[in-house]
Amino acid sequence: MSLLSSKFEEIKEKNKSINAYITFSDLLENNPDGKLSGKTIAIKDTISTAGLRTTCASKMLENYVPPFDAHVVSLVKKQGATILGKANCDEFAMGSSTEHSAFGATHNPHDHERVPGGSSGGSAAAVAGNLADIALGSDTGGSIRCPASFCGIVGLKPTYGLVSRYGLVAYGNSLEQIGPMAKNVYDCALLLECISDYDRRDATCVNGKNINYTESLNDDISGLKIAVPREFFGNGTDPEVEKSVKNTIDKLVSEGAIVEEINIESIKYSLAAYYIIAMSEASSNLARFDGLRYGLHSGKSKDWNELFSNNRKSGFGFEVKRRIMLGTFALSSGYFDEYYIKAQKVRSLITNDFKKIFSKFDAIIGPTMPTLPFKLGEKLTDPLSMYMSDVDTVSANLAGIPSISVPCGYSDKLPIGIQIMSSHFNEKTILNIGNKIEQIRGFDIE
Amino acid sequence: MSNDYEGVKIGLEIHCQLTALNTKMFCNCSSDYRGNSPNTLLCTVCTGLPGSLPVLNKRALEAAIKIGLALNCKISSNSNFFRKNYFYPDSPKNYQITQYDKAGGIAIANNGHVETNLGGVRITRIQMEEDPGKLQYEGSITTSSNTLIDYNRAGISLVEIVTEPDIVSPKHAREFLNTIQSIVETIGECDSKLDGSMRADANVSISDGRRVEVKNITSFKEVERALNFEITRQKTIQAASKMETRHWDDVRRVTVTLRVKEGEEGYRYFPDPDLPPMVISDDYVDELRKSLPELPEMRLKRFTEEIKLSEEIARIIIRNKIVADYFEETLSYDFNPKLLSGWIATDIMGYLNRNNIEFADLPINAKTLAFLSKSVSDSKVNDSTAKAILLKSLSSGTDIEDLLKSELADSVSSDDLPDIIEKVISDNPKALEDAKNDPPAIHFLIGQVMKATKGRANHSQVKELIENKLK
Repeated sequence: MSLLSSKFEEIKEKNKSINAYITFSDLLENNPDGKLSGKTIAIKDTISTAGLRTTCASKMLENYVPPFDAHVVSLVKKQGATILGKANCDEFAMGSSTEHSAFGATHNPHDHERVPGGSSGGSAAAVAGNLADIALGSDTGGSIRCPASFCGIVGLKPTYGLVSRYGLVAYGNSLEQIGPMAKNVYDCALLLECISDYDRRDATCVNGKNINYTESLNDDISGLKIAVPREFFGNGTDPEVEKSVKNTIDKLVSEGAIVEEINIESIKYSLAAYYIIAMSEASSNLARFDGLRYGLHSGKSKDWNELFSNNRKSGFGFEVKRRIMLGTFALSSGYFDEYYIKAQKVRSLITNDFKKIFSKFDAIIGPTMPTLPFKLGEKLTDPLSMYMSDVDTVSANLAGIPSISVPCGYSDKLPIGIQIMSSHFNEKTILNIGNKIEQIRGFDIE
Repeated sequence: MSNDYEGVKIGLEIHCQLTALNTKMFCNCSSDYRGNSPNTLLCTVCTGLPGSLPVLNKRALEAAIKIGLALNCKISSNSNFFRKNYFYPDSPKNYQITQYDKAGGIAIANNGHVETNLGGVRITRIQMEEDPGKLQYEGSITTSSNTLIDYNRAGISLVEIVTEPDIVSPKHAREFLNTIQSIVETIGECDSKLDGSMRADANVSISDGRRVEVKNITSFKEVERALNFEITRQKTIQAASKMETRHWDDVRRVTVTLRVKEGEEGYRYFPDPDLPPMVISDDYVDELRKSLPELPEMRLKRFTEEIKLSEEIARIIIRNKIVADYFEETLSYDFNPKLLSGWIATDIMGYLNRNNIEFADLPINAKTLAFLSKSVSDSKVNDSTAKAILLKSLSSGTDIEDLLKSELADSVSSDDLPDIIEKVISDNPKALEDAKNDPPAIHFLIGQVMKATKGRANHSQVKELIENKLK
């Protein structure tokens, strides 16, 4: 433990410049007989940890210590991982840059002037900056894949229902999954293997789907049919990103993959549909934070209505308030049909389009993010351009399909990620292709 | 009287707690919250801690379907849960998991109907939902300076029975509620004797007025009182001027404004993403249908068709399971349905209602009542004497058997009767001849015997003995 302890002190020191962690563990524990023994892990601060404060990067929960572990937390503990602490993120996972944190922004380890992506930016930066071996993130519209891409690591959003959400503080609960983040595909597969365990406490969790993902990583990919939607290379896609992703696709062709360009018309509506659904759900999910039973309490008020208002006014940050208000608006009578119902129709359309594609193809490939990591503060005052950066990731959440981001290149020293999606519960295929990309991309991650 | 309720339309929303369930609707906490210290039956789920998730208790679904079947509803093959969003301190999540009938929402049961003596009532739907916590006031809601919250009740399983506005008077409302109570008690899913296990909200409107919702009617005795108050209030101000929610203050016995009613838009209903839609198979519904006990309507049919009670009397009896069970028990000792049903539905229930006593507290057990009816069947006493004994027992608390004994001791024994009759005939020789020629004239002789015995002889026995003399 002394080696770990000195390493822990080093991590704490390094964290001062990266700000990947909000809270460090008081006690480092590990079970020597698990699949994750010897590995250190960072847990996104939207995932509940018994006895370790879980703030969701919000002032609202600054002092909230959950009395229970999320299912995934119990599982990684059981498998011997050592939890180093709680990773920074956008407040309540709302953001794509980890700048919307009440505990300050996280810095991209590749360039401290730039964002690590979000919302699981602390988790990604911890892994990329060697502040943890592996990490858990959560992905509602790209929150694992975006920071994985920006920080040059591997991040996987599982099929909806593969991983228990019990203990994940909900943002957009019909969209999100907890998922693994790691330096390489193998560790990502291993962590996924450990957390994809059926949990009857989550009614949306599907039974009988835990598979040994690490065993099939090296399966041959020749003959696999891969679709490349033109929509993923639309306006606003950085030419450097496009070049790197297309190069990687060419390498897959050399390995025997059969690649075809296709169109998915419905994708152009995905961003609007995603934000309406996520914000609508968020407006209801976050209603419980009223400061009455736990969380920020702003002092004496004349009645409970005033108390709730004061607590929420001082507890939530600006972006959270914006999304609650937009979601409240979208669910209001008179607008409900026009926004929420229409968004659900788009969701069905996209899901069906993906189903059709997967009847012919094994996977879909494109860039994870349309751009390179942007500078801190660059998009903070322009929420729409921030929302636009999720354009390539949200469709996997709407359709509930698995998606992985794997580093495929660099522009200068800034990482670029390639995104691979497949059909429901077909994590094996995307891990398999991701593993192949790791072998053929021509560089290693230290 | 009927004019007072001209144009009155009442719709009810009845909340029945599924008291037979051991655990809450979406978690494993005990649902046996009565008598427990506040805030002791709680977990991460029913307090809505961040990250907690609801999982449906299958027994809640089963009970809701059974109630739906018993109220002649169509059971939905697909059903789902919605969130009703509103900020209120009794709701730990600031939304209630419930069901909805719009925007793709499908309640577990729809389109039923229930008969009563004062007219049928259509059931719009039955929906499952969770009970909120309980706000406690010191004294009355209007005078208390503090609000305390007990979350033990939060997450208890409820079904909400929503009616069409088919109810035409406060009395009809009470009659209907009693019928519902009898049905859920028969099924065994709701013990209405438990405090607060059945609660009603009423929508009251008069002719052109706006709909006013009266909440917090916690006992069915209060229903008539609250509705009468509200109807009078609305009539006095001509028509309710605003759509609002009022609270029945059962201490002061008035309704007070709770809040100007939010339209449904205020609740921002949408499907709960944490609870996948339910698929309910026909086989499952059939299985539950077969498991149902004899329901009050079936019992009514048996009472009217097999033992020939009038529908009116039969409905009064089946309306309360305790009464119907009691009646059937008396029949097992003395099969005299007409006499016993009359006593129970008219004399006993009339007496209990006038004195505000629950049937369950009736001091005369079924065996004793049957003992009294048996003495009529065996011609030991006549109808009117027996009824007098019953009423006397009810009012004085004296045991029926004692009253009957002293009555029989008092009465002229059958051994003495022949001599008395002999004497009456010899005193009235002509009357005997008259009766031989004209049978109805026998009543003069019977009258003379009754006079001679000061009414203490058994009428039918006297008649029989005189008839023998005529042969």
